[in-house]
Amino acid sequence: MAELTRDDVAHLAGLARIDLSDAELDKMVGELGVILESVAVVQQSPIEGVEPMSHPMPLVNVTRPDVVRPSLGAEAALAGAPEADQQRFSVPRILDED
Amino acid sequence: MASTQIDTEATIAWDDVLASFDPVMGLEVHVELGTNTKMFCGCATEFGAEPNTQVCPVCLGLPGALPVVNETAVESAIRIGLALNCEIAEWCRFARKNYFYPDMPKNFQTSQYDEPIAFNGFLDVELEDGTTYRVDIERAHMEEDTGKSLHVGGSTGRIHGATHSLVDYNRAGIPLIEIVTKPLTGAGERAPEIAKAYVATLRDLLKALDVSDVKMEQGSMRCDVNLSLMPKGSDTFGTRTETKNVNSLRSVERAVRYEMCRHGAILQAGGTILQETRHWHEDTGITTSGRPKSDADDYRYFPEPDLVPVAPSRETVEALRATLPEPPAQRRKRLQGEWGFSDLEMRDVLNAGLVDLIGETVEAGATPAGARKWWSGEIARRANAEGGVSVADYAAERSITPAHVVELEGLVTSGRLNDSMARQAWEGVLDGEGTPTAVADARGLELVQDDGALEAAVDKVIEANADVAQKVRDGKVQAAGALIGQVMKEMKGQADAGKAREIILSKLTS
Repeated sequence: MAELTRDDVAHLAGLARIDLSDAELDKMVGELGVILESVAVVQQSPIEGVEPMSHPMPLVNVTRPDVVRPSLGAEAALAGAPEADQQRFSVPRILDED
Repeated sequence: MASTQIDTEATIAWDDVLASFDPVMGLEVHVELGTNTKMFCGCATEFGAEPNTQVCPVCLGLPGALPVVNETAVESAIRIGLALNCEIAEWCRFARKNYFYPDMPKNFQTSQYDEPIAFNGFLDVELEDGTTYRVDIERAHMEEDTGKSLHVGGSTGRIHGATHSLVDYNRAGIPLIEIVTKPLTGAGERAPEIAKAYVATLRDLLKALDVSDVKMEQGSMRCDVNLSLMPKGSDTFGTRTETKNVNSLRSVERAVRYEMCRHGAILQAGGTILQETRHWHEDTGITTSGRPKSDADDYRYFPEPDLVPVAPSRETVEALRATLPEPPAQRRKRLQGEWGFSDLEMRDVLNAGLVDLIGETVEAGATPAGARKWWSGEIARRANAEGGVSVADYAAERSITPAHVVELEGLVTSGRLNDSMARQAWEGVLDGEGTPTAVADARGLELVQDDGALEAAVDKVIEANADVAQKVRDGKVQAAGALIGQVMKEMKGQADAGKAREIILSKLTS
């Protein structure tokens, strides 16, 4: 597996909208690198002829009928929001996108 | 509305585009299903509910919530796929499309990636000139809608200058089907018309399937237009742009045309097209630059671990196929033949949305001509005056039914009412005065059946108009019209004009 680079981490931080300082980036490259290395052990598994699994339970077609169930209610829904206004979740302005 | 910071870009004339380039189009249509509940939870999907009243831990993306697929939504997806002549996957999965944006509280949208439920289909689209263009369908897949943001501060509703955004998650999680065409080539000058006709045909089909209310103005059906140009004779696609939120049939046509003229200007000047999303502006009929396709499109899809695969048995698929309605275009042709309407009459009936109503009325026993006449006259005028509600809605609100039309027609054929009386009776029905018979009774509408009274009136009119009567005697039969008018006046309109004519002619010409 290709080694994790500082650019990779900066790219991922950008996607996740996490602002990392240069020092933090350097630190994360090392820490994430260790995690990836540890997990990479599974790549040594002999998987030839083994179908990829999508779920630990061998189930398909688990559905529910199209019947309305009670919702939380606006008050409960907004209870955990850091900010709310006009019965809506208030979030910082979104820049450069529409 | 402040339309600041919109730079109008150069375009070239339509004919110049066509002279040098061939367009390639790809259309993506999102349809909100009309299910009672959301895609992965039991929250209601009612349009226009108070903000954040139709949300729960699943659609808010709270930790530990477990999504479960809506059975009806899967069935609707399969029916849509079948109606679009698609193959239905024997086994497919949902996938997470990861992105961080406040309209999606989970930080991913549950969608389908490389395993759509339906794929490889087509939809035949009839054009104005009667020819058919086959739109190849790449795929139709299941996903969920996002929340709605309200941008506060700055100019109303726009992101520019906003200080913060307010989000309502009622819409988040409503089942969506995304229908994607293959690249449509060879359309040439017909590209705008084909785009519009495709969306219109798709809308009719989805309506017939009864899977969505397909209201473009309310956003339950939305269209994105991908467009590129290639030099005439080339078969290498150019760089495309994706124009988002083109939300009316007319706009689909205009957006394709505009982008063709804009691309043409850039290419002809030796420039290159930037691959980007574009925003459509309904008011000015132009597109403006959105964001470039870049890192932000790194969605890192992976199979959704909280949901098990969807594997519809072939029996299920065939059972759903049996529920498909007659394709709308085929149904229109059949009904036009059965009803004996001219092309023009049929088009008027279609444009007025009267097909179902006329069908029910004919079924209830009226003649097709009668059904068309009564549903497209006064009631259409009144419905239109009420802000353009459909005749069907107008009638339903006032409990005016096909049975009323059947009854009204019966009153005419039985000879109780003449045409002008029938119109009065119908107006009474529309005014809420009851059934046609009740209105006729209350207003005293009844043709005088007593031939003696009619004959007396004829004698009186002939005597009073001796000169006109003489003309008829001399062979000018058309002069009888004036006498008939006088007789009808004498009878206060309550006579059968045909019968009056008969009596007048028998007295003057035998």
